[in-house]
This record gives sequence, structure tokens and C-alpha cells, in this order.
Amino acid sequence: MIQSIDYYAVAPLLVLVLTAGAVLLLDAFLPRRPYARPLLGAVTLTGVLGALGVVAAQAVRDGDPMRTFCVPAGLPGPARAGIGALDVGTLGSGPGGPGGAASALCSFVVDDFTLVFAGLALAAGVVVVLLSMAELSAGDVPVGEWYFLLLCTLVGAVALPASRDLVMLVVALELVSLPVFALTALRRYDGRSSEAAVKLFLVSVVSTAVMLFGVSLLYGMTGTVYLDRLAQVLRGPVAEPMAISGPDAYASVLQITYDLPPVLIVAMVLVIAGFGFKVAAVPFHAWAGDVYQGAPIPVAALLSVISKAAGFAGLILILVAALRGQIAVWAPLVAIIAALTMTVGNLLALRQRHAVRLLAWSSVAQSGYILAPLGVRDDEAVSASIAYLVFYAAMNLGAFAVVMLVSRRGARGGLDDYRGLAFRNPAAGLALAFFLICLAGLPPGLAGLFAKVVVFRELVDGGGAWLALVMAANTVVGLYYYVAWAARIFTPVPVTEGAGAPATAGGAPAGAGVPSAVGEVPAGADVTSAVAGRTGGGRAGWVPVGVAIVLAGVVAVVFSIAPQVVLDLLPEGLIASG
Amino acid sequence: MNWVLIALLGVPLAGAAALLAPFRRDTAAGGRLLQTHALAVSGVTFALSVVLAAGFDYGDAARVQFSTDLAWVPGLDLRFHLGVDGISLPLVVLTTLLVFLCSVYLCWGRADGPGQLLRPKTGGNRPRALVFTLLVLEVGMIGTFLALDLLLFFVFFEVVLIPMYFVIAVWGGHARRAAAIKFILYTLLGSVVLLLGLLLIWAQTGTLDMIALARAHGTGMSSSAQVLAFIAVGIGLAVKTPMWPLHTWLPAAHTEAPTVGSVLLAGVLLKMGTYGFARIAIPVLPDGAAAMAPWLGAFAVIGIIYGSLACLAQRDLKRMIAYSSIGHMGFVLLGFATLTPVGVNGALFGNIAHGLITALLFFIAGAIKDRYGTTDMPSLGGGMLSRLPHLGSLLTFAAVASLGMPGLAGFWGEMLALLGAYGPAAGLSRPLYLTFMALGGLGTVLTAAYFLLMLSRVTHGRSVETVHAPVLAAVGGGGGGRRPGTVLRVGIARVRDVTGYELAAWVPLIALILLLGLWPKTLLLVTGPVVRTLLGAP
Repeated sequence: MIQSIDYYAVAPLLVLVLTAGAVLLLDAFLPRRPYARPLLGAVTLTGVLGALGVVAAQAVRDGDPMRTFCVPAGLPGPARAGIGALDVGTLGSGPGGPGGAASALCSFVVDDFTLVFAGLALAAGVVVVLLSMAELSAGDVPVGEWYFLLLCTLVGAVALPASRDLVMLVVALELVSLPVFALTALRRYDGRSSEAAVKLFLVSVVSTAVMLFGVSLLYGMTGTVYLDRLAQVLRGPVAEPMAISGPDAYASVLQITYDLPPVLIVAMVLVIAGFGFKVAAVPFHAWAGDVYQGAPIPVAALLSVISKAAGFAGLILILVAALRGQIAVWAPLVAIIAALTMTVGNLLALRQRHAVRLLAWSSVAQSGYILAPLGVRDDEAVSASIAYLVFYAAMNLGAFAVVMLVSRRGARGGLDDYRGLAFRNPAAGLALAFFLICLAGLPPGLAGLFAKVVVFRELVDGGGAWLALVMAANTVVGLYYYVAWAARIFTPVPVTEGAGAPATAGGAPAGAGVPSAVGEVPAGADVTSAVAGRTGGGRAGWVPVGVAIVLAGVVAVVFSIAPQVVLDLLPEGLIASG
Repeated sequence: MNWVLIALLGVPLAGAAALLAPFRRDTAAGGRLLQTHALAVSGVTFALSVVLAAGFDYGDAARVQFSTDLAWVPGLDLRFHLGVDGISLPLVVLTTLLVFLCSVYLCWGRADGPGQLLRPKTGGNRPRALVFTLLVLEVGMIGTFLALDLLLFFVFFEVVLIPMYFVIAVWGGHARRAAAIKFILYTLLGSVVLLLGLLLIWAQTGTLDMIALARAHGTGMSSSAQVLAFIAVGIGLAVKTPMWPLHTWLPAAHTEAPTVGSVLLAGVLLKMGTYGFARIAIPVLPDGAAAMAPWLGAFAVIGIIYGSLACLAQRDLKRMIAYSSIGHMGFVLLGFATLTPVGVNGALFGNIAHGLITALLFFIAGAIKDRYGTTDMPSLGGGMLSRLPHLGSLLTFAAVASLGMPGLAGFWGEMLALLGAYGPAAGLSRPLYLTFMALGGLGTVLTAAYFLLMLSRVTHGRSVETVHAPVLAAVGGGGGGRRPGTVLRVGIARVRDVTGYELAAWVPLIALILLLGLWPKTLLLVTGPVVRTLLGAP
């Protein structure tokens, strides 16, 4: 059989793949001159922007979702039934196909859902490439490999939301994950990086194994890998086979206890656990702190936004597109995970003194907020999750960009480096404060506030009142560390006694009130020397980081003033079937 | 679309934005320019509110006037819906007045008094940031009173948090960090619960329009949902008000905040909570209000008694005024809890009166702190009337107004609230409310007791010669450096009495306290019709 491929549908992928190839070739054949590094960065940036342009062009085009890599429905496949009650042949021919689309099964679908996630990944990719340019300007990381791996990750992140079968989903997810280990480890001289890479590798491999097990169970039960077909087969509460066989007392008890085969529950739990690792949901979160801190900052930003978005795209596809008939089973599970994730993430973030670590744990907490709407038994909850994800991406990338800027000046990366940032560098200070307030969800950071309102609204509307209360408490906890950080930005550095001393208005009593303040004085002096020591990196790296901050800042401000922009992007209705 | 309301929000916002423009700081000309800017922006805003008050149709106070209704976020049903009626108009005017008076206090004359934070100081006390913060705060406060959309109300309700946090955390006293964090965490916790309540209303009725919701009087919402929503909204507002068990952020915040911060906190921010009761909780959720009113009344009465007893135990003047706020807001809440037009009118009156009187009290307490370096009453010693006769008399006037002397503004709110409790709305247990009334009456006695005790400790008696770091005395010398902990022996003559900038800021408050006390109808005529409409009474 010959498949026809819709090249327009896969054009963003092609652009990225071709750029990746070009980067490798250029890296191999360009002379080792100073301009080679920025040139490769520029090529990568062009490629990502080109892919983003194609996605935008696909988005403005009207009409049905584009489908490709299809097989006709009548194709004689391995239609063996896993369990007697789940006969695909009979169920597949039922009137379940939405809109008659059951005629063909497609692996790759470009619909609103796909476009939102692809656009998000590529826009975040632009920022990550900009941050990478600064990271690579120092000159001790191989450039070609870096950009090649980065582009591969983006290919995965763009392909994943378009996937409509389990195999492609898993492959795309691995394509997102695998290059990230290498990216983390590319700073070979750094012990922390290597440790982070190994941790990430182990966690990721384990999670893939767990998820594959779940996926194979799903396939084994239903005999199909297509999400659409899975949804048809697992449409309603599936009866326990034994219960059907005989009306004896034992079976009826079973029927009450298990409305569907236990193996399906196991499969769901395994799949959710697998994705839980990817999005760093509790109890699969423990890797986040070390990995974010050890990885180069652009990679941490990538992990916290692109990789996380991909994980959520996959989770939503499996849960909503494939398993929506079983929502009564997985929704409570997701709700509990969401509650745990936001609580544990926030509590861990409370005690952090390191900027990236704090962002790591806080992004775990934010994962909880994104998960929360999925824990409500409501079809439209998905759009609340996606909306939050989009808002979150802009705010978090902005925060990482400023952290990148500051980390170039002070090597330690502690929160104390941020003391008085608003006076040293008012633009960066104000920008970081804005992003943090956004993440906390308070005006003037209206983007974050509206994001939270969207989620709260879904929870209250969908009957997840207890989850709304947990989230409300968590918002307050989160506010504490975000605001404490933001306040540091505006606290003058007590450099020397004399001119600086009156700034803390009655220094000694203030110090007595806040015991840590005394300990921070030598830290402040340390920072200044560190700043003096690390300026060797040159000013070349500043420009892309500045552009990244401005980009994220503009987007965050637009989201604050006109959040409708995001709400308009959201896919209307359910995910298009494959 | 109405330009006055837009301008009311736009002028302070533009004024704050203009401060972001770079200009040379730490120069005398720059400081002068900043003072002019602050005075001009807050003055224009105040003038706008006067225009609003002049253009308001008092014959039809129950109708929402100057309405502006624009779509903002259709995806959230959020509309930019503003308007004023009889209960929001006085609060808007109060807000702009207090911000203007704070600016006057900060900028009047040579602006080098110790309470005037805009004066240049070594190390920088960031005058530009202070003006910026105050203007943003003003936007949030005015917006809260103008908003007619539940979510918009919430957004403005939140806008004030960050600026107030910075006012306390940057320009506050010694334990300012802890106080600021306590303030923002507490109030944010209240806010999220409030948000949940508002969203519950939205989920049940499908609209966020306060006018439509108030007109519907709870139709479309089941009784249990109303009770739930009332509890959530009520807790959210009660934190801000503050109501008795949720008040613990207030004393710390007030004690540590600088004078202007305390004035705005007590004068306006607390009112946002009570305004929410009058605007949202009671009219939109009548069944919930009826079910929860006895609880509200009970907490209010406990607050009155608790606040008064706590005041009796305070040594610090600012802390005492903070606790007295809890007592006074207890009367306001008791007025709401009666669900009668009399009670609610009394509550709204008490609201405004408390804003004026407590603002004045905090101004005076700040002035005392500037002179003595402390507000600790035993350290103040006493004899203020002989040493600083003008300041002492003003303190006496403000304290007497606050304890509810007939003829001054503080009297009417408490009297009407108690009167409302004498005849609560149908369906509420009268014996219970009579008990509330009796306890509230006891509270007024206790209030009088602690204020008189304070006066006897501070204003009367013989003055002690020891004075802690008299800051104002040093101003004439041009140094202006504060030396905490140093105890100086100074003569009486070296401490200045009330200065020009203080008088300029206080006289309007005194005049209004007298006006409202002697002629309460000015305010009651404005609020009365709205209250009857909101309660659904004929």
C-alpha cells in the first residue's frame, strides 16, 4: 500500500529537520573563526522562525484539520481481540465515528490543538535559541552539536501534539527527551551538569519504560494503536468479562467493584505515571531540582517549558482523545496528583536559596495548576489547562531569561545575587519583578492572574471545589517566595558602611528583626567580587538575552492587557480525530 | 463610555507611568518637580471626583450613573464595567481626598519635615518610588469602588496588594518585613477565597454583572449555593475589613507602616472589604446573607468587645488605634448583619466616618512619632497638652470623635448600627440581635474608656523631661539623621508644635468630621435610596 503524504501538514517538521542538517554540515565545514558561533545561532534561529511562520500560516488557513499518514479503515489489520468482551471488529463498526471521520485512521493530524502546542514550542524555542547564543558565546561548548540537538528536540515537540497513534506519540516524546540529556551533558567540564544529565537520563528512561508498559497494555487490550479507535473501544464502562458470563453472586460483586477490567486501570495508571515523570508531577518530581540546577540555563528553560508542554500535550492526547470514556476513572487520579504536585512543589520552593532551583520547584507547582483542570470531569477543562500552559510559558521563559542575564554576572546563582538588581540594571530588575509577580498571579501581573482565574473557573464550574481550595491555599504559599524574591530585587545591597548603611533605615534593629539579614552582608560583598570576576564573558552574549527578555516581556504584557489573545487561540471543542 | 470615570483611573495611572521616564534624581530641582507632580496628579484626581460628585444626580441616587461598559476579556465574561451610585460615590471622594491629603502631607512647604518621606536623604529613601506606589494604590482603590463587574472588582481588589506591600516593606518601621509579608499573605488568602466565591456566583448564574445580579436578588441560585458563596465571599471580604478572628494582620501592618501607609490602609483599604459586603455579598446573595447574618453579627460583636479590650491593654499608640479600627469595623459589620436599611445605612455611614477619623488619628500618631521618636505611651510620658498644646488638642479632638461623641461623625454610624440591631430584618432572631445590641452598647462604653485612658496618659499630667530622639527638633539644625536608641534631654521649647504641612493635611478631615457629625443627612440622603434598592425593601 502506498501512503500519500501531505507535505504541507508536515512542513514545520521538515523545516526544522532541514535546518538541523544544515547546522551539522555548516559546523563540519565552516572554518573555525569567531563568526562561526553566531552564524550557526542565526541559522538555527532562522529555521525556528521559519517553522513558526509555517505554523502561523497553517493556523490562519480555514477548513478541516489536515490529516496525513493515514490508513483506510477497511485495511485488514491485526484485528485480534485482546479480551473477549473488547472485540474491536464489532465496536469499530458502531456508530461511534465522529462526523463519519472513521473512514480512515490517520497518525498525523494538524488541528487547533496541534497548532497551539506547536506554536508554543516554537515560540519558546526562539527564546531558548536566543539564550543559547549567550550560553555558547563563552566558547567552551560545542556549537554545532548544541543547535542540532536543540532542533531535534523541537522536531519532537512539534510532532508530538500532531500524533494520533500510540507509537508515534511515544517516538515523538522520546525525540523530545533524548537530545535533552545530551544538551545537559554538553558542558563536559562541569560535574553538576554531568550529574544532572545522568539523573535526567535515568528518570527519563524509567518513565519511558513505565509508559511503554502501559501503552502496550492498552494495545494488547484493544488491538489498536490509533487514539480514535481506542476511544471507540473504551467508550463506556466496560463490563468485567466474568460478570457477563454468569449471574452468580460473586460476579455481581465484581461488577460493582470493577466496572472495567483491572488491567485497563493498570494501563491508565502506568501511562499517567509515565507522563507524570515528564511533567515532573508529584510523586515523580524528585529529579527536577538537581537537573534544573545542573543543566545550563537555556536547557533548564527548555525543560521547564518545551519539554513540559510536550508532556502535557501527550498526556492530554492520551487521556482526552483516547481514554475520554474512562474519565470517571482517571479524573480523580489526576486531581489527586495535581493537588499533591502543587502542594509539594510550593513547599519545596519555599526554602530554596538558589534561583534556578527555586524556579525548578515552582515550575513543579505550576505543573500542578496545569494538571488541575484535567482532574475535573468536564470536556472543556482541557482548554483551561492549555490556556494556563501558554500564560505560564511566557512568564517562566521571561524569568529564566533574566536569570540567565544575572548568572552571567554572578556565578553563584543564589537569590542574594538579585539584591538591588533594580538599581544596577533597572530594566532587568523591573522585568524580573514583573515575571515573578505574573507567576504569583497578582496585579500588575494580570497574565498570571487571568491564568489562575481560568483554572479556578473550570474547577468551580466542574465541581472540583476541594481542588479549588487546595489551589487557593497554594497560590498563597507560592506568593510568599515569589514576592520575597521580587522584594530582594528592590532591596539595596549593603555594600559598605557609610553611604549604604542608612538605606536600611536603622540597620541594627532591622537586622534583629530579620536574622538572615545579618548573614547577607558578606554575601553581598561576595557578589560584587564575583561580578568583577565574571565579566570576562564579554558583552556579546548580552544582546540575545536582552532580546529574549524584551520578547518575553512584551508577550507577558500583551497577555496581561489582552488575555483574550490566548483564549482565542484555544481549540474549540474536542481534539480532532485521527 | 464616560470620560470622568476613565479619567479618574487614567490620571493616577498616567501619573505613575510618567514617573517611569528616566530623569536625573537626587537633585533639588528633581525633588521639587517630583513634589509638584505628586500634588498635581493627586489634586487633579481629587478635582475629578469633585466633578463627579457635582455632576451626580442626587434625586436618583439609586441608579448607577456615569456608566461605562466595554468588553475586555470575552473569554472570561469579563467586562470593563464602571459606574457610580450612592454607596460608591462617597467612597470614591474619600479615596481621592485621602490620597490628595497624603500628597499634601508629603509635599507641603519645603517638604523637609520628618514625616515627609519625599525629602532627599543620604542613602536615598526613594521618593519617586513612593509617589509611584501611592498613585498605583490609588488606581486600585478607586477602581474597586467603581467596578460593576465581579471579576473586574476582584482585579482592582488585588491591585492594591503589591503597592501596599512595598509601602510597608520599604518605608515602614523596624519590623516592617514581617509585617508586610503577613499583610500580603493574609489578604491574598482572603482574596483567593473571595475569587472562589465570585466564581461560584458566576457558575450558578452565568453572569458577572453586579447590577443584573443585584436586580435578580438571588434568583437563579439555590439557597445552599448562596450560603456557600456568601461564606466564601464573606471570608474574603472579612479578612480585608477585618473581622474578628481574621484580623491579626492589621495591628502589625498598621504599627509598621509609615504614616501615609497607615492613613490609606485604615482610611480606604479596610473600606474595600465593607464595600464588598454592601455591593456584592448582601444584595447578590440575599438567602445566604439571611442565613449567615447571625454569625456575621456575632463575629462583629466579638470584634467590638475584643478590639476594645485589646485597646485597653496596648502600650503603643499606633497599635491601639489599629485595634480600635477592629472595634469600629465591628460596628460596621453589625450594621450589615441587621439586613435592615437603618443598619446598612449606619454601616455605610460608619465606614466613611471611620475613614475620616482614623485617618486623622494616624496622621496625629505619625506626628507624635516624628517628635518623640516613639509611640510607646509610657515613654511619651504625658503632659502633651502643656508641651504641645495644638497637637494635644487635635489628638483629643480625634479621640473624642472616634469614641462616638454626639455631634461628631463617629456617633451616627454606631448609633444607627445599634438601632438596626434593635429591630433586625424579618426572619432574624430578635432576642439574639438585642443581645448583640447590648454587647455593642457595652463596646461603646469600653471604647470611651480606652480613649479617655489614652488621653489621660498622654495629654494630661505632667510632662517628663526625657524624650527619645526628638527628630523634629533636629530638623532646624539641618542634619535630619535619626539616631535610634539615643535618649536626649531637651528643653520643651525645642520640639515644634503642629507645622504647616500637617495642618494643611488635617484641616479638611476635621471639617468633614464636624460636617458629618452635625449634618448627617448629607451622607444618609446619598446612601439611603441605594440601600433600600439593594435590600429589596420598598
